[in-house]
Amino acid sequence: MIVAEQKPLEEIKALIGDAKNVLVVGCGTCVTVCFAGGAREAAIVAASLRMATKLDGNSKSVADVTVQRQCEWEYLDEIAQQVGDVDVVLSLGCGIGVQALVEHFPKAWVVPGLNTKFLGLPLEQGVWAERCAACGECILGLTGGICPIARCSKSLLNGPCGGSENGHCEINPDIPCAWQLIYDRLSSMGKLDRLLEIQPPKNWRAARDGGPRKIVREDLRLSSQEE
Amino acid sequence: MTTTNNNGPTPSHLAPGTSHLAPDTYLSGSNLERILRAGHFAVTGELGPPQNADGDVIRKKAALLKGCVDAVNITDNQTAIVRMSSIGAGTIVVQEGLEPVIQMTCRDRNRLAMQSDLLGAYALGMRNLLCLSGDHQTFGNHPNAKNVYDVDSIQLVQMVAKMRDEKVFQCGEAFKGQEPRFFVGAAESPFASPVEFRPFRLAKKVKAGASFIQTQLVYDLEAFKVFMDRVRELGLHEQTYILAGVGPLKSPAMARYMKDNVPGLRVPDQLIERMERAGAPWAGKSKDELTKEDKKARAAAWQDEGIKICVELIQQLREVEGVAGVHIMAIEWEEAVPIIVEKAGLLPRPVLNGNSGN
Repeated sequence: MIVAEQKPLEEIKALIGDAKNVLVVGCGTCVTVCFAGGAREAAIVAASLRMATKLDGNSKSVADVTVQRQCEWEYLDEIAQQVGDVDVVLSLGCGIGVQALVEHFPKAWVVPGLNTKFLGLPLEQGVWAERCAACGECILGLTGGICPIARCSKSLLNGPCGGSENGHCEINPDIPCAWQLIYDRLSSMGKLDRLLEIQPPKNWRAARDGGPRKIVREDLRLSSQEE
Repeated sequence: MTTTNNNGPTPSHLAPGTSHLAPDTYLSGSNLERILRAGHFAVTGELGPPQNADGDVIRKKAALLKGCVDAVNITDNQTAIVRMSSIGAGTIVVQEGLEPVIQMTCRDRNRLAMQSDLLGAYALGMRNLLCLSGDHQTFGNHPNAKNVYDVDSIQLVQMVAKMRDEKVFQCGEAFKGQEPRFFVGAAESPFASPVEFRPFRLAKKVKAGASFIQTQLVYDLEAFKVFMDRVRELGLHEQTYILAGVGPLKSPAMARYMKDNVPGLRVPDQLIERMERAGAPWAGKSKDELTKEDKKARAAAWQDEGIKICVELIQQLREVEGVAGVHIMAIEWEEAVPIIVEKAGLLPRPVLNGNSGN
């Protein structure tokens, strides 16, 4: 899932600026699960903004609403009226949600309330960790299901650097060395010979480096079905 | 240390190394390559470029090292701190009549920049290259920088070897005219984890085309011997030249710091105790009681002991089968290198026919 974190209230206030009427839009999917931008957080942010701006002597009218998925047009239609009534929309969706609002409501001024952090999973209550870098060409089949692109600080493809120490990464003792994890897993599975092959330079064109990405599935497009 | 009882990789994938060329042909013709090929015990040093644009800093350091090392590594933004470029400083080193080993990290350049810099470096007279991953930028003075890591160090070795041997760029496109003929090396950290994998990682570097290897600093000789046992079992010492990393300790505090904070470094307690004993005459006094002269004398005593330990390690490493030389790392203490090389009985350095002399 997409993991995000709320921006500090001061930054949100600065983003909202002089606007009098604010609509906080939460999202019911990833950011609800990571407690950053669901209905509960949207209500709290709205209340916080009301209180903070009142204390600042700059009272605002702040409403909140949460859609099931901020990244799909059909869910956004439901809030068209509310969006049209305010000076600024504060999105508590991920970066995709913010842009979906902008694309769907070109006349609305939309600002982000979250910092979108990574694609990851919850390790335990309150702890999330990155797992995928969306590089476009999955190599998990080579590395025992542990991703060195997302989890090695240097995205190395041919084994650990010299900074791997007691199983952790040189940049932070709290970060496990991805290549130690890969080594241990392949070792336990009797597949260490896979690590002897030299992996060639990666095709980063499949990643963001190749420019903004788009997928077109002709088999799914409505126009092609009609033909 | 857990190295053996390994049911893991076997060396069956290893390609023959590059050390079996006919006696009169060289990959690069560099002094370092000639020294190693002639069977001499090689000595390389290290020169850290300044954090400014003053070429005289390089000239002074080069003068200290000239004649006592066969080639000198020029670090590439070491510890991710911006310094004069390795190739820029290396050009000055060439002008000073010393042979550089250009270090290149994968942190700061993509494959385009690497290849173009290597063409330029060769045209400027560089002949040796050490391929490194590079310390992560969060350690340095630009922790907010974007890193590159387009290729890793093994892929870099392979890329440079193919530019030399096949006259092709990484993309596979052939080029005409002079190819960059580097003597290509890589690093290995024998004690970084997973320790069991390190000899196999070395094998990958050799397979990629690394003709020489410079290791992380060795203080724990026994652990290094175990590593070399595995290296010899894989036959790697016959396919590449292994230069063991050594460096003089400056104080007990430095020894402890390295033991506790530098990944892949093992500093035995016994060496730390030796350093402490060297400073024993001043040990009873508090910081305030020590005069300036006391502190100076204590620092000199520590440095003498550090140099002594380094010399002993070199002599012991020389006895380890498969060790083809030493790489002396005395960054910001280049003055120690001539003393160490002399005391280790490695002077004068051989002067071989056919050296370009640069």
